[in-house]
Amino acid sequence: MSVLSVEHLTIGLPKGADRRHAVKDVSFTIEAGEILCVVGESGSGKSMAANAVMGLLPDLVAVENGRAMFDGKDLFALPERARQALRGDRIAMIFQEPMTALNPLMRIGDQIAEVYDAHGALTPRQRRAKAVALATEVGLPDPEAIVRAYPFQLSGGQRQRAMIAMALALEPDLLIADEPTTALDVTTQAQILSLINDLQRRHGMAVMFITHDFGVVAEIATRVIVMRYGEIVEAGDAATVLNAPRHDYTKRLLEAVPSDVVPAAAAPRETPMLAVDGLTKTFGGKRSLFAKRRVVKAVDDVSFTIAKGEILGLVGESGSGKSTVGRSIVRLVEPDGGSITIDGQEITTLDAAGLRKARRRAQMVFQDPYASLNPRTRVAAAITQGPVAMGTPRKEALADARRLLETVGLDASAADRYPHEFSGGQRQRIGIARALAMRPELIIADEAVSALDVSIQAQILDLLRDLRERFGLSILFITHDLRVAAQLCDRIAVMQQGKLVEMGPAEEVFLRPQDPYTQRLLAAVPGARWSGAATTAASA
Amino acid sequence: MFATHAAIDTEDKARRGFRLLRILTLIAARLVKAVIVLLLIVVANFLLIHAAPGDPAAVMAGEAGAADEIFIEQLRDRFGLNEPFPVQLWTYLKGVIQLDLGYSYRQQQPVLDLILARLPATLILTMTAFVISLTLGVVLGVVAAARQGTWTDSFVTSLSLLFYATPLYWVALMAVLLFSVQLGWLPGYGYETIGAGYTGLPHVADVAKHLVLPALTLGLFFTAIYMRMTRASMLEVSRMDFVKTARAKGLSPSRVQRRHILRNALLPVVTLAGLQAGQLVGGAVLTETVFAWPGIGRLMFEALAQRDYNLLLGILLISAAVVIIFNIITDVIYTLIDPRIGANA
Amino acid sequence: MTLAATAPARHPALDFWFRFARNRGAVFGLLVLLVVIAVAVFANVMFPDSPWKMVQRPFLEPFQVEGLPLGTDTLGRNVAAGLAYGARVSLVVGLISTLFSLAIGVPLGAAAGYYGGLVDDILMRITEFFQTIPSFALAIVLVAIFQPSLSSIVAAIAIVSWPPVARLVRAEVMSLKSREFVEAARLAGLSHLHILTRQILPNAMSPIIVMASLMVATAILLESSLSFLGLGDPNIMSWGYMIGAARTVIRNAWWLSFFPGVCILVTVLALNLIGEGLNDALNPRLARKGR
Repeated sequence: MSVLSVEHLTIGLPKGADRRHAVKDVSFTIEAGEILCVVGESGSGKSMAANAVMGLLPDLVAVENGRAMFDGKDLFALPERARQALRGDRIAMIFQEPMTALNPLMRIGDQIAEVYDAHGALTPRQRRAKAVALATEVGLPDPEAIVRAYPFQLSGGQRQRAMIAMALALEPDLLIADEPTTALDVTTQAQILSLINDLQRRHGMAVMFITHDFGVVAEIATRVIVMRYGEIVEAGDAATVLNAPRHDYTKRLLEAVPSDVVPAAAAPRETPMLAVDGLTKTFGGKRSLFAKRRVVKAVDDVSFTIAKGEILGLVGESGSGKSTVGRSIVRLVEPDGGSITIDGQEITTLDAAGLRKARRRAQMVFQDPYASLNPRTRVAAAITQGPVAMGTPRKEALADARRLLETVGLDASAADRYPHEFSGGQRQRIGIARALAMRPELIIADEAVSALDVSIQAQILDLLRDLRERFGLSILFITHDLRVAAQLCDRIAVMQQGKLVEMGPAEEVFLRPQDPYTQRLLAAVPGARWSGAATTAASA
Repeated sequence: MFATHAAIDTEDKARRGFRLLRILTLIAARLVKAVIVLLLIVVANFLLIHAAPGDPAAVMAGEAGAADEIFIEQLRDRFGLNEPFPVQLWTYLKGVIQLDLGYSYRQQQPVLDLILARLPATLILTMTAFVISLTLGVVLGVVAAARQGTWTDSFVTSLSLLFYATPLYWVALMAVLLFSVQLGWLPGYGYETIGAGYTGLPHVADVAKHLVLPALTLGLFFTAIYMRMTRASMLEVSRMDFVKTARAKGLSPSRVQRRHILRNALLPVVTLAGLQAGQLVGGAVLTETVFAWPGIGRLMFEALAQRDYNLLLGILLISAAVVIIFNIITDVIYTLIDPRIGANA
Repeated sequence: MTLAATAPARHPALDFWFRFARNRGAVFGLLVLLVVIAVAVFANVMFPDSPWKMVQRPFLEPFQVEGLPLGTDTLGRNVAAGLAYGARVSLVVGLISTLFSLAIGVPLGAAAGYYGGLVDDILMRITEFFQTIPSFALAIVLVAIFQPSLSSIVAAIAIVSWPPVARLVRAEVMSLKSREFVEAARLAGLSHLHILTRQILPNAMSPIIVMASLMVATAILLESSLSFLGLGDPNIMSWGYMIGAARTVIRNAWWLSFFPGVCILVTVLALNLIGEGLNDALNPRLARKGR
C-alpha cells in the first residue's frame, strides 16, 4: 500500500506572481521502502509540492485543490493540530541549507531531544541517551561530545547529519528531503547520499527526495517524476527515465547534463599567455590585544601556465583556494609571494597605474549573475565603463557594446535596459560581454555557470567554447564541478587545501586520475556509473 | 571549518572552565577602552572651556563677563592659566585623574561632591524606567509580532509610533496636569514628601509613589523603541530556516515562538538596550527638570540656568562614565546569551 | 539565438509612488507635513505681526476672543501666531541639521567601509567615542558654551546625530564593495573615487534616505527639548520655548503648554510615518532577500 498518495494537487500563488499556480493538478504516490525523486529546475514547483505535504507552505500560498492520502486520511483536510502531531513523528523533513537550518543558540543534543519532547515521548534522561545514539547512527564523530556542541562548531556536512538525526528520531514512515545535498561539497554530498540510502533501507522508510540534479537521481532514485512549470511532464522507474526518456523536456535536461565523453583537446599550443609560479597567499585572522592571530594558507606554492587559446580548468571544493588563485591573477587579492606573468609581463610588482593598463588584458566573469551587475546602471553603462575609462570615445564604446551583446546571443537593444529585466542566464551573457569589451587576451571565469540551471549552463559553456575559437582567448575556468570542467577544458588542474595536487590533459585527469584526492573527488560525483552507461549507449 | 571531536571536546571544556576568564578578559579590555574614552572626554572638555567665547577663567567661574578682576586673576593663578597651553592641559588632566573635577563657584562646593550627592536619585529613576520599558516593550513587541496583521498588532504598533513621536517633557507636563493637579492621585513634584519625616518602609513607599510618574513618562519613549525593535526582530527571525526546522519537528506554534524565535530575536534588543543608555541619561535631564527630581539631570538644568560650565562639564563626564559601565554590562550579558561570541578567540 | 528580455519596465518614479502610496499612514503623514510646511511658509501672511508682540491681556483662554483662537500667553502674546512661526524653526533646524549630519556621516562611513583596515579602525573609534557620550547632554553643553543661537543649535544637533549615519553607510558600503559588480568595475580600471561615488553610494541611497527622514524628526524633538530648557535662540519663537516658558504656570494655563506639544507630536509623527512609507517603497523585502 502507498505510504502517501497525492491526487490532483493544485497550489495557488499570490496575485502578482509570474504564474497563477505553483503546482497544477499533480498526482503521484510513494510506496513504503522506495525513494521517489522529484526533479525539476528552479521554479518548477517541486519544493512547493513537498512543503504542501508537510504543511509548511509559506504564507499567501495555499493548496487550492487535491488530496494527500496518508495513513487513510487526507492531510489537507486535517485540522492544524493533527498535522502538527504528524510532523516530526510520522512525516519528517530535512532542508537545503545546513548552515542556517539549525538554531544557533541551542546545543545539537537539545535540538535532537526536542523532537521527543514535542511529541511527549520518553523521559528527559532517555531523550539525552537517544540523542547520543542517533548522533552515532548518522555517523557524527564523537557523539558524546558533539551533542553538547553548538551548530557553529560543526561543518556543513556534520550539520546535515544532525538534521537527519532529528528527522529519524521517531522513525517516520515518510522522509521528505528538499535538496539536502545541494549546498554541500561533492565529497560530502556523496557521503550524505549514501547515508540517506543506507538509513532508508535499514528503517524501511519511504523517501520523497527533491533535487535538480540528475546525477543525484541516478545515485538514489527508485522512481522519478520530472516537473516543469508546476506540472509533471514525465514519471516512471529511475532506469527508464534516465536511459529512455520520452518527454522532450526530460531529454533536453538529460542532454544538458555534462557527459563523461571528454572532447578531443585542441593541439597543444606553445606560447604561454599566463604563467603562475610559486603563488602563495595567506589570510590572517584579525589581530587583537587578547587573541592570537589565526592564519590560513589559502594558496600554497601553486604554479601553472595557460597557453594562448587554451582553456585550463581549475577544480576544487570550497576552501581549496581555487578562487583566490583566480583573483590573485588580476590582483583583486594581493598575493603574498610568487610571480604572475601575463604574456611575459610581471603583474605582482605593478603600481596602480600599470595595473590598470595590465588588467585590460585579463578580465573576469563572475559566479552570481545577480550580484555581478550594478542594479542601478543600464547594461550599456556596465559594458562601456571599462573602455571609456581607458579612453575610448563613448560613442564608439557604445556601438561596440551593441555588437558584443549580439556576439553573446542577446539583442543589441539589451543595452538600454536595466539588469533586473533579464534572467540569470541572460545576465551571465551580459557579464561575458562586459569582459569582452576590454578586448582581453585572458578570461578568468570564476564558477561562471554554477548558479545556473543545467540547461542554461550548457548554453553558456557553448558560448565560451565559441568565443575561444573566434577570438583565440585563453580561459582559466574555475569550478567545483569536475564534469563541467572535462567538457570545456583542454587541461585540468585539481586543488586541495591550497595546493595543486594534479594537473594534466582533461582526458587523463578525468579518466585516469593519478592523485588519490582526484580519485575520491571523481568517485563522489553523483551518478558516476549511470552517466558512463548513458554515454556508452549514446556513442554506440 | 572541520570540527573534529577533539576540537569540540576541548572547546567544550574550555567553554565551561574558561568562561569566567573569557568574560573577565572582555571586561578588562572594555575597561581599558573606557579609560581612554574618558580621558578623551576630559581633553575635549578642556578644549571646550577654551573654545567658549570669553575668558576661560571667567568661564570656569561661571561668570562670563560679570566677575570682578581680582577674583578672575586669582583663578588664573590657581589654574595656571598664565602658563603655556600644554601645561594648562596637564594641570587640568592631573586634577581630573585625582578625581578633582573642579569647584562650582556658584554652589560653593566641589563639582564631584555635588554630582555624587545627586547620582543615586538619577540611578533609581533611570533604572526603574529602563526595567519598565524593557519589560513592557519586549512583551508588547512579542504580542504584536505573534499577531502580525491583526487589530492587536496595529493597535500596539500605532501606540508605539505615537509614544515615539511625543516630546518627553511635554508628556511629563501633561501627566502632572492630569494625574497630579486634576485627579490628585500621585505626587507630581519632588523625591519625597518634604517635612513628613518618614523613615524605614513608609519612606520607601513615599519615594516609590513619587517615582511612578517620572519613571513612567521617561519609560514611555523607550517602551516604544524596544517594542518596535522586538517586533521587527521577531518577524525577521521567524522567517529564518531554523524556525521551519522547528515547525517540521512538530513543535507547537507557541513553543516555536518561545524556544526558537524569542531567544534569537532578543540578541539585537540587548545590543540596542546598551546603546540606549546614553539616551536614558538625556531623557533624565528633561524628566527631572519637570518633576523636580533631585538627580543629576535636575542638577544639569540648575547649572544651565546659572551658566555653571564647570559643573556642566563634570556632569557630562560622569554621565558618560555611567553609560560606559552600562555598556560593559550589556556586553557581558550578550556574551552569556550567544555561544558564538568570543569562541574563536 | 536571440533572447528577449523578460519583465516589462514601468517608470521607476511611478513605481516608487505606488509602493509608497500603498502605506496609508505614509500618505497621511505626507499630507500633514505639507500642511505644516504651508503654515511655516505663510506664517507672516497669516500673522503679519511679530509673534513677540503683545496683542491682548495675558492668560486669555482659547476660543474667548475672536481672532485669538488659541488664546494668549503670560505676556499677552498670540499663541496661534507663536505656533505658526514656531513651525519655521522646527522645520529649518530639522532639515539643516540633518543635512549637516549627513555631510559628516556619509563621507566618514563611506571611507571607513571602503578602505577598511587602519582607516576604518581610526574612523570607527572616533564614531564610537561620539556614541559613548550621552548625546543630549553633549548637545546641552555645546549650546550652553557657545551661547544659544540658531547656528549653535544646528551645529550641536548635527554633532550628536552623525554617528548612526556613519555606521549605516559603513555597513552598506562594506557589503556592497565585495559585490561582484564592484570588482568588475575595479577590473575595468575605474578609480576608487569613481567606484565609491558612482557604483557603491547610489546603491546605498535607499537606507540613507529612510534614515534621513527619521533624523529630521529626531532633530525636531532635540531642538524643541533644547528650547524647552531655555537653550533656544532668544530671538526666535519656537514650540519648545513656548512650552518651557509656560511650564511654571501649567496649573492656571494648560493651553500654553498643550498646543505647542500637539504641534511637535503631529509633525514628528508625520515624519516618522513618511519614513516608514519610504522604507516600504525603497527597500522592498523581496529585493533584499535575494541573497
